[in-house]
Amino acid sequence: MPALFSRAWIWSWLATIVVFGLTLTLTGRNGAGGLAYAALAFGAFSVIVGLGQMLVITLGPGNVDLSIPAVMTLSGTLALKAMDAAPGTAFLGLAVALLAGLATGLANYILIAALRLPPIIATLAASLVYQSVAIWSNRGLRIKPPEALADFATGRSLGVPNVALVALVLSVAVWIVLERGAFGRWLLASGQNMRAARLAGMPVERVRATTYVTVALFAGLGGYLLASFSGGASLDMGQEYLLTSIAVVVIGGTSIAGGHSNVPGIWGGALFMFLVVSMLNSYGLGAGIRMVLTGLIIIGIVIAANGRRARR
Amino acid sequence: MTRLFARHRILLPVISLAVLLALTFWLQPRAMSYFGMNLLFNLAVPIALATVAQMFIIKVNDIDLSIGAFVSLVACLTATVLVQQPLLGVLALAALVLAYAGMGAIVRALELPAIVVTLGMSFVWGGLALFILPSPGGESPEWLSALMSVKPPVLPMAVWAAAVIAAVTHLIAIRSGIGTVLRGVGGNARAVARAGWPVVRLTALAYGLAGLFGVLSGMALTGLTTSAGADVASRYTLLSIAGVILGGGEFVGGRVSPTGAVLGAFTLALAASLLSFMRLSPDWQIGSQGAILILVLTARLIFTRRGATR
Repeated sequence: MPALFSRAWIWSWLATIVVFGLTLTLTGRNGAGGLAYAALAFGAFSVIVGLGQMLVITLGPGNVDLSIPAVMTLSGTLALKAMDAAPGTAFLGLAVALLAGLATGLANYILIAALRLPPIIATLAASLVYQSVAIWSNRGLRIKPPEALADFATGRSLGVPNVALVALVLSVAVWIVLERGAFGRWLLASGQNMRAARLAGMPVERVRATTYVTVALFAGLGGYLLASFSGGASLDMGQEYLLTSIAVVVIGGTSIAGGHSNVPGIWGGALFMFLVVSMLNSYGLGAGIRMVLTGLIIIGIVIAANGRRARR
Repeated sequence: MTRLFARHRILLPVISLAVLLALTFWLQPRAMSYFGMNLLFNLAVPIALATVAQMFIIKVNDIDLSIGAFVSLVACLTATVLVQQPLLGVLALAALVLAYAGMGAIVRALELPAIVVTLGMSFVWGGLALFILPSPGGESPEWLSALMSVKPPVLPMAVWAAAVIAAVTHLIAIRSGIGTVLRGVGGNARAVARAGWPVVRLTALAYGLAGLFGVLSGMALTGLTTSAGADVASRYTLLSIAGVILGGGEFVGGRVSPTGAVLGAFTLALAASLLSFMRLSPDWQIGSQGAILILVLTARLIFTRRGATR
């Protein structure tokens, strides 16, 4: 048991269970299945972009990708435009979304590496450009996703939302790479001490490049799925994922100082974020109060998580 | 030449603004008038104030992702409570400044990542703003609109305001003793603490100053637009960070320039209007600000790298 409690992710899961229970006391036990389903479906998008953000944050202090919302919007928009609601184009759309992710990820990395910009500024400045490209190519159109794709994105297999299954596959892949692969070791080492990692002969620059491209690919996939899930791309569809992607990483027990990743925590954080909002909803609170409480709860968790780490 | 740029970091922001301004005047000669300049730069005043607020945070090595939401909240308060119950309004605004100082104290005392705490606080500010003003509206206090639309001699209000903001913040941030210590906190917090300074209280002071300028920004915005909404200033978060960096500031080491920050904010505001003069689609407005940021930073890199190799 003490071993379990020393895991960084356990706290986000405990918090999730508490909030889940609190919500059920209001809505009655019959709502449990529906609530869990909704949490998995909506939380899946946070997991997908949160995984990417976690890899970037693991790179060490100062590394964070602020372009995730813009990349999501851009790839969702471009993908839906390429598919133009025609049947049988789901994979074409996916390819477009991933290409958009690849291009933006490479652009971000070039700005960071070649111009030696701090990642915050590089991704911020680039995201303004991506946003403009999305506005320009979208032009207020609302193209519906192809029906088969919309059915997949909103559907379920074995009672689990399909989007959650996609997120699960990605999580397992990231976990394997981090825990078992050489790349993961390099990433963690770079995050703990980039200089030492470089001197030890690790391909630090390649690790950084791969990480920034990976986060953009995840954001591209997230935008593609989210646009299909919500019946079309909109220009502010990625907006809330700026905070969410960082929050799920921190709540999940990944160190913001870098060098330590935590995949199960991402799920705890993502489910928690959704459940908090729906709990406050079911208490019948207004939008304003709900936002205030969400903010305070996030800060509270950060303080709690930080205190634990400091004492250890 | 390159050495000159490396030594005088203020030159690059000055030149960037001058180039953009020259382009604007060339494309639209009518902008080169009292009235034209006023239109060009009016909305740059609240952006400049928000940028100065951000500068105080960056000065102590933190970053504030909540300033946009905070300015929006102030605008909502100004457009409602400050009009109906002036005394309560003033007290509320003062409380907000204190809250900002408190945020700084918590960040430093508990060694929390500022980026996460301010992101969380952006929800708090945004929620409060929604609570006060659920739908856009309200009205600006008369004295405030009058102040924002004064017509001073020779140059329009926005230009005078920029000069005053730059001079005042220069005094606080660079010239004063406490400003120097604050930059020290950004440079090496531990060294400042060893030297016997209360770092937590100093950080609270920096955040408090940021809150003060955030309040001024929101009030200026309301005075200009004569109404408010819960997300009027949401773009300010990104603009303010970009402005500080454009102005020659660095993320680490407490290296910031108040004059540069004001110039940077004006450059970004101008970048948006320039597009309409070039008859480019407004779709690219946001993108042009990003592109200018990248361009100026590239120029800076060229100069500082050459300066360093000498």
